[in-house]
Amino acid sequence: MAQRLPPVDAVVIGFGWTGAIMAQELTDAGLNVLALERGAWRDTPTDFAPTFAQDELRYYFRHALFEKLAHETLTIRNNPGQTALPMRRLGSFLPGTNVGGAGVHWNGQTWRFLPSDFVARSHNLQRYGASALPADMTIQDWGVTYDELEPHYDRFEYLCGISGKAGNLNGAIQEGGNPFEGPRKREYPNPPMAMTLPPTLFAEAARSLGYHPFPQPSANMSRAYTNPLGVQLGPCTYCGFCEKFACGNYSKASAQTTILPVLMRKPNFTLRTESEVIKINLDSTGKRAVSVSYVDASGKEYEQPADLILLTAYILHNVRLLLVSGIGKPYDPVSGQGVIGKNYAYQITSSVNVFYDDKILNPFIGAGAHGMLVDEFNGDNFDHSGLGFIGGGFIGIVQTGARPIETHPVPDGTPHWGSAWKKAVAQNYLKSTSVATHGAVMSHRTNYLDLDPTYRDVYGRPLMRMTFDFTDNEHRMSDYLTDKAAEIARAMKPREIKVNKRKGSWDVVPYQTTHNTGGAIMGTDPATSAVNRYLQSWDVPNLFVFGASAFPQNPGYNPTGTVGALTYWAAEAIRTRYLKAPGPLA
Amino acid sequence: MKPTDPESRGPALTRRRLLTAGVIVPVTGAAAARVIQGDMPWQESEAAAPPAATHGPAQSGYLFFAAAEGVFVEAAVARLIPKDDLGAGALEAGVPTFIDRQLAGDYGRGQDWYMQGPWGEGEPTQGYQTRLTPASLYRIAIREIDDAVNKEGRAGTFAKLGADDQDRWLKQLEEGKAQLATADAKSFFQMLMQNTLEGFWADPIYGGNKDMVGWKLIGFPGARYDHSPFVTKHNQRYPLPPVAISGRPEWSKG
Repeated sequence: MAQRLPPVDAVVIGFGWTGAIMAQELTDAGLNVLALERGAWRDTPTDFAPTFAQDELRYYFRHALFEKLAHETLTIRNNPGQTALPMRRLGSFLPGTNVGGAGVHWNGQTWRFLPSDFVARSHNLQRYGASALPADMTIQDWGVTYDELEPHYDRFEYLCGISGKAGNLNGAIQEGGNPFEGPRKREYPNPPMAMTLPPTLFAEAARSLGYHPFPQPSANMSRAYTNPLGVQLGPCTYCGFCEKFACGNYSKASAQTTILPVLMRKPNFTLRTESEVIKINLDSTGKRAVSVSYVDASGKEYEQPADLILLTAYILHNVRLLLVSGIGKPYDPVSGQGVIGKNYAYQITSSVNVFYDDKILNPFIGAGAHGMLVDEFNGDNFDHSGLGFIGGGFIGIVQTGARPIETHPVPDGTPHWGSAWKKAVAQNYLKSTSVATHGAVMSHRTNYLDLDPTYRDVYGRPLMRMTFDFTDNEHRMSDYLTDKAAEIARAMKPREIKVNKRKGSWDVVPYQTTHNTGGAIMGTDPATSAVNRYLQSWDVPNLFVFGASAFPQNPGYNPTGTVGALTYWAAEAIRTRYLKAPGPLA
Repeated sequence: MKPTDPESRGPALTRRRLLTAGVIVPVTGAAAARVIQGDMPWQESEAAAPPAATHGPAQSGYLFFAAAEGVFVEAAVARLIPKDDLGAGALEAGVPTFIDRQLAGDYGRGQDWYMQGPWGEGEPTQGYQTRLTPASLYRIAIREIDDAVNKEGRAGTFAKLGADDQDRWLKQLEEGKAQLATADAKSFFQMLMQNTLEGFWADPIYGGNKDMVGWKLIGFPGARYDHSPFVTKHNQRYPLPPVAISGRPEWSKG
């Protein structure tokens, strides 16, 4: 029997980036806010102090910062004809857990999507005609525009202290920035990071081919920074333990380094950790959420009533909680009807290794978003006529740090072990780098999320089932990007290169990217989207669903900048409209 | 070591919290959750540093491996990363000790993995699907490889084979061509290779990478905290020797 607790104004489910932003916004608006986090409290000096933060085995290969699959996982398959089996070990993506979520171990690559990304369906139809979109490609417009999100991108970038160079200030193209980006009202809060040799060589080669290289927008600080909340971050030390690691130096923006020092001290905010929400409870009409049920570490269950419910977990958990709570109509890939679980997407990556004889590259120096890129082949920045695909991605060298268990490249033809392999590793480690491509995944009728019929979690609830594969569109696009990357790599004048295309079906084993999207997508029509353009549930208006689960498809950029912007966009609508007159905002 | 597990941090912290005003607010009945209100619940001297690999018994030095298993792993890793004119290999780096300590701990038990049935083989793209923990896979595979070697008639065990024959066997395991009684040869090889790389290049605190030989071989400076002075020193050799989490040998008194 669940113990019923005193009601609160708003409850936040999951305490990472979006939960922390919403708690900060709503406590500012005077609400009593309670955050429920399934994991533990986590902070810099305790959990990733600089005296031991640089530990490749513990943090990456033994998953100290990631979700424990023994507690919760999902089942996976490439298509509806297969039987889904559990993801038993982490591989392809690395969901977070504990306070700060995956925002603790992210890289800090902080993008704005292109204006055309938000109108992907109508834009591509208009430019290329109906034949450009395959029948089973289910891409949609977002229902929100770049111009509407611009001030909210700006807020997130200034919260984080993003280091970068504007490419388009109020319509005027800026030398040294990304000329393809949408217009921004002001510069980044911090200048770009200093560059090591590999990104510098990439930029020179790209420029020689007529491209416009620019520095990666980075949540790693290029200098000391005090954000608008008065929280201070320190300059990045380029230690090379950023991606898949936590920063011991307060140099990477996260909930811990930008919001929590202010939020945690507010009298109208409470955080309960080791408190896992297992269901959102509706009233008898099914139109109003009245409470959430959660379980503490001992297995005791509580019911927490709240007027406003904010679902701010990782996208996979957002979608699963909607499904197990019976909120919204589950998506059916046969009829195309239903919305919860629809349009799950991912990203597609590839790389080109570059080997020199005559250059010392010191690849262990790095930061999560320290690199030079080109955006000529992203989104619809190039003419897709006759190419057989839509979408694109960025290409560049982002030197995150060559930690040796993970990164010890050898040329084609090298044995996999033994003395010859050892010699090749020793010869090439300091003299090699890698050009990466990072591409979009368009949504597709049979790429979706639903509940698994067989497997259960520790509470006996069904696991979520992921059905996903790359389609011809993604493979053609990624091959195209990889060819362009190889061309730039050759222009870097190395001894040799090694091209690593993404071949075949999506494989859960090798790490690719933690950019899972969709499943509770936003839009303007309740028949084709789970939430409206303010991230408000169409079915249950006092429930809002945040994060990349709202993306109708996944553009060719890292998601967190847009996740932050959408959160501030929804927060503004809640503060200025919903709290005055609770009810549907669209 | 699970510093972020609720079980390992909860109770001790709660007791300490009661001594610090304003941070922990007990909620009736919510004993196994942690309530944080009014401040950042940060405490000095609480850092969750990694524990060093423990010493094994004097006789074998191993915590997990039986004698024959230790001999097999020593022989195998010495072929995967051999001692040669470039210096120490996996054996000299202490990789067998590293793997032994890993298998004796959470990793060996597959503690973080989803291990509930039903079990199915699945497609290669669905990843690891056997019910064997890493510790069990090592135990079974080593026994079955030695049995198969014995049956072949050139030597009683893998460790007693000559280097060329050991390489031939490792290659057959790698390619999945070795027929073992029950264990999946390819899966075992992949795990052994991955664990060998880990033991060669992980921080020495875990029992391998002795004297940072893995890092010295390639020029990786280890657990250094600040590279900012060297970011723009292009095409120059990094001047500092590697550092481990526990420092450098000359930094300790003895």
